[in-house]
Amino acid sequence: MDRSTAPSTLPAPLGTRVLGLLWQNAALLVVILALLVGLKLWVPAFFTVRNMEALALSVSTVGMVACTMLFCLASGDFDLSIESVVAASGVLAAVLINATDSVPMGIAGGVLAGGIVGLVNGVLIAKLRINALIATLATMQIVRGLGFIISKGEAVAIYNDRFFPLGTGTIGPIPNPVFITLLCFLFFGILLVRTTLGPNTLAIGGNAEAARLAGIPVDRLKILIFTMQGLMAGLAGVVLAARMTSGQPNCSVGLSLDVISACVLGGVSLSGGVGTIHGVIIGVLVMGAVQNAMNLRNVETFYQYVARGLILLAAVLFDQIRRGQGAGLWRQVRRWFPVG
Amino acid sequence: MGSRPYLEFDAVSKAFPGVQALDSVSLSVAEGSVHALIGENGAGKSTLLKILGGVHAPDAGALRFGGRLQSFRSTADAFRAGVAVIHQELQLVPDLSVAENIYLGHMPATAGWLDRGAARRAASEHLARLGEDIDPNVRVGRLPVAQRQVVEIAKALARDAKIMAFDEPTSSLSDREVERLFEVIASLRRDGRVVIYVSHRLQEIFQVCDSATVFRDGRVVGSFDSLQGLSTDVLVSRMVGRDIRDVYHYSPRQTGDARLVVRGLVGPGIPAPLDLTVARGEVVGLFGLVGAGRTELLKCLFGAVTRQGGTVAIDGQEVRANSPGAAVRAGLAFCPEDRKKEGIVPERSVADNINLTARHSLARLGFLRPRKEWENAERHARLLDVRAASLRQFASTLSGGNQQKLLLARSLSCPVRVLLLDEPTRGIDVGAKSEMYATIARLAAQGLAVLVASSDLSEVLGISDRVLVMRGGRIVAQLPRSAADEQTVLRLALPDIEATPSGTR
Repeated sequence: MDRSTAPSTLPAPLGTRVLGLLWQNAALLVVILALLVGLKLWVPAFFTVRNMEALALSVSTVGMVACTMLFCLASGDFDLSIESVVAASGVLAAVLINATDSVPMGIAGGVLAGGIVGLVNGVLIAKLRINALIATLATMQIVRGLGFIISKGEAVAIYNDRFFPLGTGTIGPIPNPVFITLLCFLFFGILLVRTTLGPNTLAIGGNAEAARLAGIPVDRLKILIFTMQGLMAGLAGVVLAARMTSGQPNCSVGLSLDVISACVLGGVSLSGGVGTIHGVIIGVLVMGAVQNAMNLRNVETFYQYVARGLILLAAVLFDQIRRGQGAGLWRQVRRWFPVG
Repeated sequence: MGSRPYLEFDAVSKAFPGVQALDSVSLSVAEGSVHALIGENGAGKSTLLKILGGVHAPDAGALRFGGRLQSFRSTADAFRAGVAVIHQELQLVPDLSVAENIYLGHMPATAGWLDRGAARRAASEHLARLGEDIDPNVRVGRLPVAQRQVVEIAKALARDAKIMAFDEPTSSLSDREVERLFEVIASLRRDGRVVIYVSHRLQEIFQVCDSATVFRDGRVVGSFDSLQGLSTDVLVSRMVGRDIRDVYHYSPRQTGDARLVVRGLVGPGIPAPLDLTVARGEVVGLFGLVGAGRTELLKCLFGAVTRQGGTVAIDGQEVRANSPGAAVRAGLAFCPEDRKKEGIVPERSVADNINLTARHSLARLGFLRPRKEWENAERHARLLDVRAASLRQFASTLSGGNQQKLLLARSLSCPVRVLLLDEPTRGIDVGAKSEMYATIARLAAQGLAVLVASSDLSEVLGISDRVLVMRGGRIVAQLPRSAADEQTVLRLALPDIEATPSGTR
């Protein structure tokens, strides 16, 4: 693969662009195809309509949050607090709905609370220059704590059943959470590719100081990105609460790392500057598909953790080789196996 | 000197996709001599150094040390064979101490226990041999650039490198530090080592080198066993393959009203209130030694660092204190000195990099207009002659001179009234420099006010209508072109000897 040419948002004939995209991702497509064939052979029931629906539903939370995590990672930061935001916003929505008997109030409250956490994260990181790992690690614990405080440590059952269709209803054959996730992918995909936010985010991730000196309002964009991230985590939390018909303060532990894994699996660079929405969609689906298949085969949870870790490692190594940074790795492999 | 050659390149060739970087290059250097490699960027010097340093293997030809054939598979191989290449960007670990850096990877140890005491003592000895009194316990990150370079040389000495290659060693040193470096090189020569010296500054080559090889387009176009009686003109015309009459493209010009007016500026690195004006169509050179506050001043003007007092106005309109974005909208443009760190986004395309600043105004309601962006990138790349195989290639693949042009293209794709350039020709070759000077003159003729900060005195004198001399964060003198000569400016720029101890800022 030629490392010296960058995918560009600038025009080239459509045919060339499609061919180029296929070629650039040829190796990836082969891997995915192999994966699908493997799944089919291993789990015959995998490709049934019912299972596809279950799979889509199971990745909806990760999918929603991954949309904004893409921006976070692409700008060179990341956000660990979202797993707590998902739990706490669900709890908050539940408490608000029970207290006011107003569904819109509960939804708005949960989503906005997430946005506020994101705003705080953004200000801590962009203005007070606290390292993103530390800042969001702190807010992760604070918000988790707040979730327990609001719920007094227990799951909050929701009594107003007008709230549940958000999580359990369908539009045509598509479950609502899946539909919302699809809309999010579309919305943030457009944001990334068609608006100035996209290239500016990638420029910040690629070289923040250069972006700043070029006149891009780096601090303001970072705050915006984290606020979006908080809002999306809030939304994901509210939808999850509707699916579970309750607000659970101890849910979604480890979700942040799942989301980051899915993004990295989809080719988003952890050091910033690189990322695509189709990559993220693929990453989310691959992670979900593997988990789903293991569930169908009744693989024990302990082994599932191991398998997911291995897949992530394999994906990152594969990506490095694809980008031509795997030269060191190849040299090493050739030293061990000098034949060929 | 006069002894038989130790280092020999014999008909060495190396090709990269699309380029014949070296074409049957032969040269030899004797023990105890300093050999210069001269040529424009891309002429083949760096490739030669990389072959010497074990980064690349040659496609054809042989490399011999003392008659023995060498074939390196890695930089470590080259190091073991006694080669040390001291790069422009020094390869030190800023968070480790001086001694730890010097003995990085081969700390003296007894039975697996590190002997830090011995390392410190030996490090001190090597540093003392180089005439430098640096505390081996100090973290390297806290040393000024000149001393870091000495540490890098000490590192080579500690490994007893026989061949030492210096790649643009003086690009970030003040004149006095350059003197010191030359003394060190002289002592290396007395030791009987082989020194390779690469620099764009030809005067230096006459000062320090015994012999020279001139490269153009990967070929040797001149070999000089002795530099006696040669002039820089001879070397330059060999390098570029033509005569360079007027590198600076200066012609007297009419200047207009004041465009950039700065009053009472105070900020980080600018301790006392500072005034300056630059007129429409005027090129003002800002000269000072390293640490004089040139970069700080420009960054303060641009709002890249927050100023603590004073006003900056463009055509009578005041510019906000702390926002590069506001500065750009007011018509200021700034091209930073450190292109890699502060200028380009390396892993984005050339076009994307050009559009970084203008993208906002090219878009409609925040939505990108790819066609407009592409046209903008193409037009400005052509205007400034950014040479790239494709505007889609990564900005990191461009040469230094082209990266500089890219930054200018980026700045000029917005309405610009005042242009701030920090070391615009640092590390770029003679040909590209000359083009840069022509561009500066053209922009001034179009009515821009241009402020150029530089540590290259002949450049400042060559292109400026007016010269400002900085020292210790203050402007200590303003000279019209007619009154600015090398000696006057240099005397004004040098710190009072008792006031500023060397090595500190």
